[in-house]
Amino acid sequence: MTEDRLAPPTFDPADAAAAASRFAATAPADVHYALVDSPIGTLVAAATPHGLATLSYADQFDGADGVLDWVAAKLSPRMLEAPARLDDVRRELDEYFEGRRHDFDLPIDWSLASEFGRRILKATAAIPFGQVSTYGKVAAQAGNPKASRAAGRALGANPIPIVVPCHRVIGSSGQLTGYTGGLHRKVALLQIEGVVLG
Amino acid sequence: MPQPPFQRFLDAHRDDVWRFLVASVGRDAADDVFQETFLAAMRAYPRLRPDNPRSWVLTIAHRKALDHFRARKRRAVPVGDLPEVPAPEGPDIRDDGVWERVHALPAKQRAAVLLRFAGDLTHAEVAIVMGTSEEAARRNAFEGLRKLRQEMTA
Repeated sequence: MTEDRLAPPTFDPADAAAAASRFAATAPADVHYALVDSPIGTLVAAATPHGLATLSYADQFDGADGVLDWVAAKLSPRMLEAPARLDDVRRELDEYFEGRRHDFDLPIDWSLASEFGRRILKATAAIPFGQVSTYGKVAAQAGNPKASRAAGRALGANPIPIVVPCHRVIGSSGQLTGYTGGLHRKVALLQIEGVVLG
Repeated sequence: MPQPPFQRFLDAHRDDVWRFLVASVGRDAADDVFQETFLAAMRAYPRLRPDNPRSWVLTIAHRKALDHFRARKRRAVPVGDLPEVPAPEGPDIRDDGVWERVHALPAKQRAAVLLRFAGDLTHAEVAIVMGTSEEAARRNAFEGLRKLRQEMTA
């Protein structure tokens, strides 16, 4: 203590970090998220109490922070990093990449998709492991056979790639066209599923 | 501009809030009050656009610390002859004896000293938290320090 100052109390920053971790693990946020490593790059998984809202490639928005800013703006900024709450997502993804899982059993929160996008994504979710469909067929299943371009856009904006297998949708003449995370990932996912590309 | 994820807010302010709480409620109670502080902050977070988020979250910590002392006072019941149990010794105990003495100061001086020196707020920010003038905040901190100095040298 000097004439007009009092030194702040000393503390162990590890204690503050532990308190913050405890908060993030237990507090009821609107969105819990975690970074998930995968053979095709780091993924940002974010879930609400309704289910998985997004599984984004971390490099999609110039890094994980960009993905998280987007989720905060679209859903809620009450977001905490709580890896334990996303254990099921991590486990099912690991099983998928090891070839031991063909269908995901995760509850889905569709609120990051538009109304039309949801119909397209749900039709896409019905394409079985190891098979492919076309934009036109998916559009038809969603109730509008002429909307194959709109279907392409909706799949390009798929907030939950891999789990909603938009990589299984290709062009009508067999070309891969595009993919949210880059074509190399579409190829890698189809190879995991044993799809032989023409 | 929408608010960034709350996790970033937590990461940015956890050390400041922790240091303030170690001084104001002590190491042992700090964790509970820390949880309550950030729970209240997270509830209010989407609606708020604080110009000064650090001052805002320390205001919440200050109020939660006061709640903690009120609750402790309510719980405190007179006890009979309990054996004297020495406080455990170790690195977890508050290391700075002077911060123990701060608790004995009159309420306004205590708040001003805690917010200014453990919270590292400016006198102007302390004034906003306490709802006083900047001059009053400065005087409370000054009087508090003077009293501490008298006790330490007595």
